Amino acid sequence: MSQYIKDFPILDQQVNGNPLIYLDSGATSQKPFKVIEAVETYYKTMNSNVHRGVHTLGSRATDAYEGAREKVRRFINAGSTQEIIFNRGTTTGLNLVASSYARENLKEGDEILISPSEHHSNLIPWQQVAKVTGATLKYFELEPDGTLDLNKAKAAITDRTKLVAIAQVSNVLGTVFPVKELAGWVHAKGGVIVIDAAQSVPHMKVDVQDLDCDFLAFSGHKMVGPTGIGVLYGKEALLNAMEPIEFGGEMISTVGLYDSDWKELPWKFEGGTPIIAGAVGLGAAVDYLESIGMDTIDAHDRHLVAYAMERMGELEGVSMYGPRKDRTGMVTFNLDTVHPHDLATVLDAEGIAIRAGHHCCQPLMRWLEVTATARASFYLYNNESDIDRLVAGLKKAKEYFGNVFR
Amino acid sequence: MSLDDLYRRVIMDHYQQPRNRGQIEDGSITVDLNNPTCGDRVSVQMRVKNGIIEEAMFEGEGCSISMASASMMTETVKGLDVERAVYLVDLFSRMMQGEEIDTEEFPLEDIEALQGVAKFPARIKCATLAWKALEKGAKESAN
Ligand SMILES: Cc1ncc(COP(=O)(O)O)c(C=O)c1O
Repeated sequence: MSQYIKDFPILDQQVNGNPLIYLDSGATSQKPFKVIEAVETYYKTMNSNVHRGVHTLGSRATDAYEGAREKVRRFINAGSTQEIIFNRGTTTGLNLVASSYARENLKEGDEILISPSEHHSNLIPWQQVAKVTGATLKYFELEPDGTLDLNKAKAAITDRTKLVAIAQVSNVLGTVFPVKELAGWVHAKGGVIVIDAAQSVPHMKVDVQDLDCDFLAFSGHKMVGPTGIGVLYGKEALLNAMEPIEFGGEMISTVGLYDSDWKELPWKFEGGTPIIAGAVGLGAAVDYLESIGMDTIDAHDRHLVAYAMERMGELEGVSMYGPRKDRTGMVTFNLDTVHPHDLATVLDAEGIAIRAGHHCCQPLMRWLEVTATARASFYLYNNESDIDRLVAGLKKAKEYFGNVFR
Repeated sequence: MSLDDLYRRVIMDHYQQPRNRGQIEDGSITVDLNNPTCGDRVSVQMRVKNGIIEEAMFEGEGCSISMASASMMTETVKGLDVERAVYLVDLFSRMMQGEEIDTEEFPLEDIEALQGVAKFPARIKCATLAWKALEKGAKESAN
């Protein structure tokens, strides 16, 4: 896949005297020329507000914005563009489901079931829902390797379970969770499933009809798109029955002095001037990813994880977290007693960008019994030689701290 | 950028053998602070009598810079009056911004080793965490 590196201008630079190796795509991905240019072209040739102006630019912008929606629909195989809501990202999408759907539909005695590995954005909204509605927040039990035992998971879903919320891919463990099976089980009990797809949509083919999920949220910036744009998919019937949580322009049909009603889907959930340039950039990102092929990207990213785990496993003092197989996107680890921040600083001096900290997963850190970890995450522009550089960097860090600790 | 500017021997010494780590039995003030972006956590305890910081200790989890800085901070402020301590917090944060510090005004001693942190912007917050806790505690003691 090394032919794609040249599509990403940012990667062609030196950091601290070394060629940049970007291993933090789990936090945000880099952007190819195609996406940068799409945003630029939008601003240079069609910028105006959407769904308003009668003028030519207005319809160009509207076409570009709605065209991006259709691209996203096709990309995740949603049944209709009515089911594709543009917003700021995964966090915003999950909060919409929590603040609208869950607050309206959950009550005391109901249960919300999530995993201890959830990102704060798929955890705190449910804590809040539980507080407001009186529903109980419960957790799946994770196996020691950070996976779900299918039998236990199935048994955890009961008649009380009104909502299951889970990441398809954990942003720390890399675990690919069996969301399709979970969807089947929760539906059999009459509940809904909300999927945090922030780390899955960038790396694998996601088909919302095949998964039969009720809601699915992801962020453009992790899939080579711009920051500030994200998507919430929801089943049409559910979205139709939900109330908006943001009111104002763009989302109304008729407005009276004391009462108003809403536009149809998806616009009723897109109050205010939308993220037009972001959506256009996201459309270009989808085109770019499809031109390579999601299956190709999936195989590549899984291969890099396997390769990294193998190479890093050869180093003494490296502990890695999460399952050995069925994982993608990243390797989370610690090196001896070197604190991850110190490690990240040493690697940064080598031009290698990794993430260090709790990765917005404080409960998971407690479950792992660590206070912080280092994470190297991979994408289509990374290759084995990046991992070789990482391993060399880790060796250097070991040596360096071996000396200063003496 | 040289790592040796950051990881000075004194820093690693404080990291590995922290001074004043633990709890004060009759600690009158405890301030817990964390750095939510990275997970570093520090708890600073101090006993203040007649405006003097008689005792200062810390506990916490974090990187070498945050823990070494906490250790040095407790050494520095013991015996100082509260106002002086707050003033030193200000000097320290200015030093972290890369300002030269008048050492007549602030005898740095071990803290001098932290000067290199200024060259690593991502790590400044690590170094200032315990000092922020001190400042908060000192101000509380005045109430
Ligand atoms: C699994 C997971 N969920 C949710 C998010 C939040 O995404 P955003 O910050 O784009 O809303 C992230 C990104 O950090 C993530 O990795």
